[in-house]
Amino acid sequence: MNELSPEKKSRLGKWSRRGFIGAGVLAGGGLLIGIGVRPGNPIDELAPKVAAGEGEQLVNSWVKIDTDNIVTAIVPHCEMGQGAHSVLGQMLADELDADWNKVRVMQAPADGSYVVTDTARMFVAPFTMNAADWIEPTWNGLFTQVARLADAMITGGSSSIRTTGQHSMRIAGAAARQMLVGAAAEGWDVPAGEIVTRGSMLIHEASGRRAPYAEFASAAAEQRMDQTPQLKTADQYRLMGRSMARTDIPAKVDGSARFGIDAEPEGLDLSYAAAIRPPVPGTSVAAMDATAAQDMGGVLQILNMGDFVAVVADSYWQAEQAARAIDIEWSASDSPVRTMTDQYGVFAAALDEAGDDGGEEAAARGDVRAGLADAATRIEAEYRVPYLAHAPMEPMNCTAHVADGACDIWTSTQVPLMARSAVAETLGLGAEDVTIHHPYLGGAFGRRLGAEYVAMAARIAQATGYPVKLIWSRGEDTQKALYRDADTCRMAAGLADNGDLTAYDAIFTQRHDPAEACVPAMYDIANTRVRLAEAPLHLPFQAWRAVDHSKQGFFIESFIDEAAHAAGSDPVEYRLAMLGKSPRHAAVLREAARISGWNGETAQGRGRGVAIVESFGTIVAQVVEVDMASGKPRLEKVWAVCDAGYVMNPDGFRNQIEGGIVFGLTAALYGELDLKDGAIVQSNFHDYRMLRIDETPDIEVAIINSGDVPVGGAGEPGLPPAAPALANAIFVATGERIRTLPLARQFV
Amino acid sequence: MADFILNGERVSIDADPAMPILWVVREKAGLAGTKFGCGIAQCGACTVHLDGEPVRSCSTPIADAEGREVTTIEGIGGPNGELTPVQKAWVSEQVPQCGYCQSGQIMSASALLRDNPSPSDADIDSAMRGNICRCGTYTRIRRAIKVASGQLEPRDEEA
Repeated sequence: MNELSPEKKSRLGKWSRRGFIGAGVLAGGGLLIGIGVRPGNPIDELAPKVAAGEGEQLVNSWVKIDTDNIVTAIVPHCEMGQGAHSVLGQMLADELDADWNKVRVMQAPADGSYVVTDTARMFVAPFTMNAADWIEPTWNGLFTQVARLADAMITGGSSSIRTTGQHSMRIAGAAARQMLVGAAAEGWDVPAGEIVTRGSMLIHEASGRRAPYAEFASAAAEQRMDQTPQLKTADQYRLMGRSMARTDIPAKVDGSARFGIDAEPEGLDLSYAAAIRPPVPGTSVAAMDATAAQDMGGVLQILNMGDFVAVVADSYWQAEQAARAIDIEWSASDSPVRTMTDQYGVFAAALDEAGDDGGEEAAARGDVRAGLADAATRIEAEYRVPYLAHAPMEPMNCTAHVADGACDIWTSTQVPLMARSAVAETLGLGAEDVTIHHPYLGGAFGRRLGAEYVAMAARIAQATGYPVKLIWSRGEDTQKALYRDADTCRMAAGLADNGDLTAYDAIFTQRHDPAEACVPAMYDIANTRVRLAEAPLHLPFQAWRAVDHSKQGFFIESFIDEAAHAAGSDPVEYRLAMLGKSPRHAAVLREAARISGWNGETAQGRGRGVAIVESFGTIVAQVVEVDMASGKPRLEKVWAVCDAGYVMNPDGFRNQIEGGIVFGLTAALYGELDLKDGAIVQSNFHDYRMLRIDETPDIEVAIINSGDVPVGGAGEPGLPPAAPALANAIFVATGERIRTLPLARQFV
Repeated sequence: MADFILNGERVSIDADPAMPILWVVREKAGLAGTKFGCGIAQCGACTVHLDGEPVRSCSTPIADAEGREVTTIEGIGGPNGELTPVQKAWVSEQVPQCGYCQSGQIMSASALLRDNPSPSDADIDSAMRGNICRCGTYTRIRRAIKVASGQLEPRDEEA
């Protein structure tokens, strides 16, 4: 099993028209049904981009079978380290009863036909319109309009498996299998019910007939498709639920994997660009002196683009050296925020103004004011989290070629269609004139949901006439990008005589996504109120791994821990007492206590903390053990227990949870962006610190397949419990409750 | 003109002597496996071997490579692309996520294991702490190094 790139394949041969006609009336997942009824079937346009050699048949747009009996799963999500390519292939192949060794995975081209309808519904619906308003037109064939609205070939939200996997890839696999069986039944003149499928073979035991799928691929394409093919139940899975090795890993150990930054398109003589953007958001170039830069080696052009300055040179290094030699004066900023103290002041003003009853209610149950008034004990706390950069290892970059009224783009992006729209709009082209080539992403974590670097490269290419590769320095991406929002959360809790939590009140200033992240819904608390007192942000926002859960997990699970300690209760027992109506959560927490040997005791100088958060459909409890003997936190061990309903690839899932934990611990310990004169101070990994191998604890991940619930995500849910579990552990070790991240700052 | 040995072959490349090895290798020699991460020797994504020793190629000028051997991720395997024990362990332990830092991780680990066939946890810490993995695959990197050095059995497939 290995990976193919669409570009490589598209050169191999022409599309088989017979296959197209058959495929044209087929539909695989939700979005293909839209295509199927749309006038002017787009599969004709799509086919040349995914078709391979003579004789190949497109069974439907999500899967094709070639004459060597190779099954190719066409995956609409990008591969940014989360393993989506492999696991989606695994899900399709299982339903298709394909031989895993003869399965290939291919990145779908950036084409409106691959709009990820289910993901789009998740992302777009909450913000812009309700689902019915824009899903309906899809079914009526107004697909293009929806694609334009949604620009939704999105990879994010821990959604690939639970949306595209469950609702498209599996259906496509099952549908393809049924059509192959139907075709073989006709060809052999036997009842379809007597044909079994196994290892990419059709088998009729009674007559001893056997045929590879390829033999009936053309005929299958002409079969009528069952709109609701029978999916397997868990006991019938052959590939799902197993830790199949990831398809992208071999290329990632020998240097052959290609990321956006590696683009060297054949036939193009690339120039290289470096850019300098304004240090304070919303400002622009007021004046520049490029005298020193223009005579530097290799420099071809220096551009004042108004909102940034670019240098184009023979090599990136030369461009970057020259860019740093340019003296730029920036326009003044009208933002009132010059420092983080100012920003927290803006938050405080909004919270003060909301007072006891103002703001927007995000959730309410019971009567929180009465609950607080009647409480035997009342505790209050204010929590703060700073701005954070995503800092994926691959710096932002984009290669652009503009010629003859068309533009080709090579870039790492989570949103190829949005990038396409951005380029089309920037250059005044139609979307159909823009082709996005998007290989592997060297990390993203939400950063590559933004496409501003893509539009910048297109502008530079257009302005210079050169095919150009733009690379942002690490400093540009740390200081002048898009950020996880900072926030302040004020909380109050009322405890009854026996310590029970009877009232929970929280108010904060930033709310993005998921909307429910701010609500401690799993806990059965009689009086709960959650409010938003919106306040402006100085830095531009971009979803950052786990998004609101990355903040709210820390607020909620730290404060619940405060309540447990105020009640004199064990933090696990205290939570369990409130999880009576959330049996899955309770089971996850009990298991975390069990595997960690939780007994409320730790060695001298050490502390253990616990936290549990449900995010992106997956419940994760973590126990963190920290050693404070040196006066600074040393991470000893993390135990994580996860219930994602059903895990499709356990080892891949564990890898994601491990990564989420390291990401969460990194932010908890070190993550912080300071402001000076409105600009970010930190610039690179020396002052924007990452957890390194010598600081990373041993991590043990256990999985509970509770089943019979919607499948949850993997990429993000490991993150939210890490910070509160660590802060809670530090409290146990030191008696110090840290309510402002990052934690390490308190122990300098 | 920079004259050096790149992955066993003598090469002569026209480049500013101050240009870092990273950009000579990537843009002029066309070997894209070595990655740009930070540009200031803080992340290790650009790690190559210079006469066998791991160096951060983003901060080492090509002049330093004059007459010496530069080995990149493309040059560590066998003549027919056979994987080294380190690379095999990276596959068996399913280490990479995004994979961007892994060329550098493997170059650092390869140098460690050549000098120290049975590294302790502390040895791994000191050899590998210069390599950042933003995806957070550190526990797997540690495990893969132990597998490559025979201290641990490879992961059971499909476990």
